Amino acid sequence: MLNRRTLLKSLCAGYSMTLVRAAPWGFPNDSELGGNMRIWDQHSHLASVPGDTPEERMAFLVKCMDRLGVERLILSQGYSAGNHPTPDQFREENDRVMRAVKAFPDRAYGSVYLSPAYLDFSLQEFDRCVRDGPMVSIGEIEAEARCNVPEMDPIAERAVAMNLPILQHEFLKTGGNEPGESSPFDVVELAQRHPKLRIVCAHTGGNWELAIRAIRGTKNVYAGIAGSDPTSGFVEMAVRELGAERVIYGSDVGGRSFASQIAKVEGAHISESDKKLILGGNLRRLLTPILRMKGYQI
Amino acid sequence: MIIDTNVYLSRWPFRRLEGDEPADLVAKLRKRNVVQAWAGSFDGMLHRDIASVNIRLTQACHTYGQGMLVPFGSINPKLPDWQEDVRRCQEEHKMPGIRLHPNYHGYNLDDPVFAELLKLASARRLVVQLALCMEDVRTQTPLMRVSPVDISQLADVVKRMPDLRMELLNCTSNIGKEQYRAALSAGDVYTEISMVDGIAGVGRLVHEIPLSRVLFGSYYPFFYFESALLKVQESGLDEAPKKAIWEDNARRLIGPAASASLYGTNVR
Repeated sequence: MLNRRTLLKSLCAGYSMTLVRAAPWGFPNDSELGGNMRIWDQHSHLASVPGDTPEERMAFLVKCMDRLGVERLILSQGYSAGNHPTPDQFREENDRVMRAVKAFPDRAYGSVYLSPAYLDFSLQEFDRCVRDGPMVSIGEIEAEARCNVPEMDPIAERAVAMNLPILQHEFLKTGGNEPGESSPFDVVELAQRHPKLRIVCAHTGGNWELAIRAIRGTKNVYAGIAGSDPTSGFVEMAVRELGAERVIYGSDVGGRSFASQIAKVEGAHISESDKKLILGGNLRRLLTPILRMKGYQI
Repeated sequence: MIIDTNVYLSRWPFRRLEGDEPADLVAKLRKRNVVQAWAGSFDGMLHRDIASVNIRLTQACHTYGQGMLVPFGSINPKLPDWQEDVRRCQEEHKMPGIRLHPNYHGYNLDDPVFAELLKLASARRLVVQLALCMEDVRTQTPLMRVSPVDISQLADVVKRMPDLRMELLNCTSNIGKEQYRAALSAGDVYTEISMVDGIAGVGRLVHEIPLSRVLFGSYYPFFYFESALLKVQESGLDEAPKKAIWEDNARRLIGPAASASLYGTNVR
């Protein structure tokens, strides 16, 4: 069986290879889940993906997933069409995600898009898409309000009650964030109000040298590595300061590639077992309760 | 085999990097089947004794890698007597090209000194690498914020230089596609893939610009080397266009004689 080293070596050697799902990045002896290394991507969207329909866009994503051995992704925000979505637009984007997932149920799970700025609507949407629907997590929460507002508390309580994670957009931009854009400090504030909540910083600040320090002491906050340049040292510092169990791979496709974000893990000077956790093991651990509750095969 | 057209030696000013020792850098590149790497120096961004930067770069390239590393000297045309640095790059250091960082050296591309520099480089048959940015502006240290190079004037300048051979490095997505395409079509201008991102970004790039103008560049060690490598894989391109990106296009740009005779590299 091919493994990750074989794949990288063969890429350079110019071998012509047919890649199959998951196998190229396969790890033998995955103790946690008893199979090969399986890359699960926590952070993906249909935005900037070719295709006229959610199904077509998802098909394109699946083609790219197969080229790199990504087994499954968590899809949210649909086309991310508006910077300031209305409740109708949130609903439309969630519908797009559910269509894409329905077309490829063995390759994607859905995650509900909502906002504390529309709390009543968001709780209804949570019930529609998660409690009574097929989705398995919350987020990427991004629009209209920072995540430390009190209106996030009922959303966090829903997440705790159903034992599922939240993916929270945040950044710590040099020069300042956009109005309503969360920072890692806001995530920490929310996480400390809800110690049983498991919440992932979607970008670990972008300025990861700062954000890793900001979240270090709050153990229920996880570092997502998606959606930033593949700057050397990110994953090494995250593992050193947080432990590999708190570092989660995601890509932020279609604005980013799977490749540039997987490279942060593959290129990092960390152990193979840590890579295994970051590329999929941690996410499966976070999702196992909700997947079991919904009767999905893990 | 791979020709990596965008690596840096020496120290990134704000962080130690895996691979910022030349022996480590060479080992990593060799492990990934890179046979030749065009190397600039991070020191060239900020140091004002550019002549010593280029001496150290040349020495490192001769000491490490057995010809794998090909030095591209830094030129700052805002320094007095910068023309002498160009002369030394070509005549003394035997470099095939130079690397420019206009946004760190304080000039725009419509500055007459930029055209003068391109003219001199062309006359000396030097490839000109133009680094458009070094880091996402959102993650720069607040004490030193540097915007990407404005390339809106580049096409006009290039059109006036028929003998110019240029490669754009670090083409961030913040740069407008129209300006980018205009620059590439204005002359013998190439680009590399280190900052091309988005789903299947490299595959989509070669539908927007001619494949023959796309080179492999990793921006290692600032970026994880595997990013560029895996992006080619994600592109879904066939073996022939992959090979063009990995080596053929770069070899055509630099010319086989330049690298093989001057640096004894094992590019075939």
